[in-house]
Amino acid sequence: MRAPSTLFDKIWDAHLVDVQEDGTCLIYIDRHLVHEVTSPQAFEGLRTAGRSVHRPQATLAVADHNVPTTDRSKGIQNPESRLQVETLEKNVADFGVPYFETDDIRQGVVHIVGPEQGFTLPGTTIVCGDSHTATHGAFGSLAFGIGTSEVEHVLATQTLLQQPAKNMLIKVDGELPPGVGAKDIVLAIIGKIGTAGGTGYVVEYAGTAIENLSMEGRMTVCNMTIEAGARAGLIAPDEKTFEYLKGRSMSPKGAAWEQAVEYWRTLKSDDAAKFDAVVELDASELVPEITWGTSPENVIPITGNIPDPAQESNPQKRAAWERSLAYMDLKAGAAIEGTPIDRVFIGSCTNGRIEDLREAAGIAKGRKVAATVGAMVVPGSGLVKEQAEEEGLDKIFIEAGFEWREPGCSMCLAMNDDRLEAGERCASTSNRNFEGRQGKGGRTHLVSPAMAAAAAIKGCLTDVRKLEAED
Amino acid sequence: MEKFNKLTGVAAPMPIRNIDTDMIIPKQFLKTIKREGLGKNLFDEMRFLDDGSENPDFVLNKPAYRNASIIVAGENFGCGSSREHAPWALKDFGIQVIISTSFADIFYNNSFKNGMLPIKVDAETLAKLMEDAERGANATLTVDLEAQTIEGPDGGTVHFEIDSFRKHCLLEGLDDIGLTQQKTSKIEAYEEKQKTAQPWLSA
Repeated sequence: MRAPSTLFDKIWDAHLVDVQEDGTCLIYIDRHLVHEVTSPQAFEGLRTAGRSVHRPQATLAVADHNVPTTDRSKGIQNPESRLQVETLEKNVADFGVPYFETDDIRQGVVHIVGPEQGFTLPGTTIVCGDSHTATHGAFGSLAFGIGTSEVEHVLATQTLLQQPAKNMLIKVDGELPPGVGAKDIVLAIIGKIGTAGGTGYVVEYAGTAIENLSMEGRMTVCNMTIEAGARAGLIAPDEKTFEYLKGRSMSPKGAAWEQAVEYWRTLKSDDAAKFDAVVELDASELVPEITWGTSPENVIPITGNIPDPAQESNPQKRAAWERSLAYMDLKAGAAIEGTPIDRVFIGSCTNGRIEDLREAAGIAKGRKVAATVGAMVVPGSGLVKEQAEEEGLDKIFIEAGFEWREPGCSMCLAMNDDRLEAGERCASTSNRNFEGRQGKGGRTHLVSPAMAAAAAIKGCLTDVRKLEAED
Repeated sequence: MEKFNKLTGVAAPMPIRNIDTDMIIPKQFLKTIKREGLGKNLFDEMRFLDDGSENPDFVLNKPAYRNASIIVAGENFGCGSSREHAPWALKDFGIQVIISTSFADIFYNNSFKNGMLPIKVDAETLAKLMEDAERGANATLTVDLEAQTIEGPDGGTVHFEIDSFRKHCLLEGLDDIGLTQQKTSKIEAYEEKQKTAQPWLSA
């Protein structure tokens, strides 16, 4: 009888093509997502070596990082951004890779597009030259980010050379209090284990609070696994997963669907499976979370105070906190709530899905964005935008004073024209608060969509539960 | 891929934890479609002042470290994005070895693909090497991959661990894709098996 194994072990074993004597594994890659920033050098490498794409139909390309979120019919103004998108267009044509054009309604952030199309399926291995590939683990797939050399390797061979990872279980039980959601769960986890806490691990999320999340909430949690250092985070698929996937354009159909679901139901860790590390969290104790510094591990409750480096005994950590405080222009010991902000960004692969927009619109409805704040909403894909407009969310946002934009990565990393000016402070639903991430000198506070909307209304970092109490 | 065997060079100290990929190469430089030329923007936001002039306080701008080929850094170096532009920028600048207590997984992988050597050492060793690196022009280290050793300016030597396959590929300068393509029959056999077992994936 085989030893009890984890979900990760099962997916890993099912994808082994070869194991070398030194333990290095060659694993098969079922699905490969490609975008314009990390692929040009990979296609160029294929061209130089006279290689082809091994399995174009297992590949899906879309431009997302550089695309403008304003009127797209005018094309891309920045010549370098334009060249990068045009290069992708040439590469997918030359190598026969399926591609969604920038004016296709299916275009969007690559990690929103994959699940939306049913390209992302349980039990598969999924890679992309992008660290937030972890998102797709919400479907019980092994999904992780790779570099451009590895993109080239997958294009040429549909495989990757990898060392097996260790297993970490993060168990979140209990009921989430009102005003607290998936983003708060994952921020709390990163705050607890640290930005290198998951290095070398694949994380499996479990527990009642995870089971109770929608697929979109689960994607938010898995998405930010990389911010805790783990390349992949996954959640065992269940009826919610199958319900989400059924009928999507690339999902299996008919008898193949039945056969797939039968297999997908077997995808879970055995009860006796051993994890190398276990972390537990009580969801009922969570409050809306926020980052204060320039690492995603700098998490405090919105009701909390900014930490004092003098209280930190580790000298490297103390130095990092001092550097963060200076960059963020914050005072140790002060309350984070009430800090005035200049900008709000709602969108990204972390929080650019329809439920995120509903959550933010629920706060924005009937209210006005503070006069001192510039706020924008960037749907994760053309289909998310269309759905939001059908529900009238665009009107709620526009009436409240938010800008309603075209889909793309936008100000999550500011590769297009959407960016913070030096010194501007932003409440953002994205995933990284690194120095300069949203624009040189820009100051990012990571929050949930509801918290970002609340900050836009109040003009300062605020506890969304106070606004909810007014409703 | 270029071979890596032995390197003697100046080591620059960067005692900062969580040096992330946005610090190493900010996103405005990711718009290139080439691998080369990123060195001039390595650590751009730390290295240059707002007016574009060099920040004299930044380590790689100091005379002793302008030709550094080794960086000794705080824990979790290279965290954040998967951008291979980070190792490309370091390499283009002339950095071939990075020594830290830990690296982000994707950055660690990406470095090897570019003939660079990221070395993990324990906290005590790092503290010693950081001290060595802080000696300015005398901060010369010799890294020997074959022997898996780092020799300090005083002649003291420390041993480091490295996965044997990565070491082999780096010493020989092997091309991963070429190696894998020698296993094409195994890949095709896997695909045949998958067609029967999980036909919905091949449709």
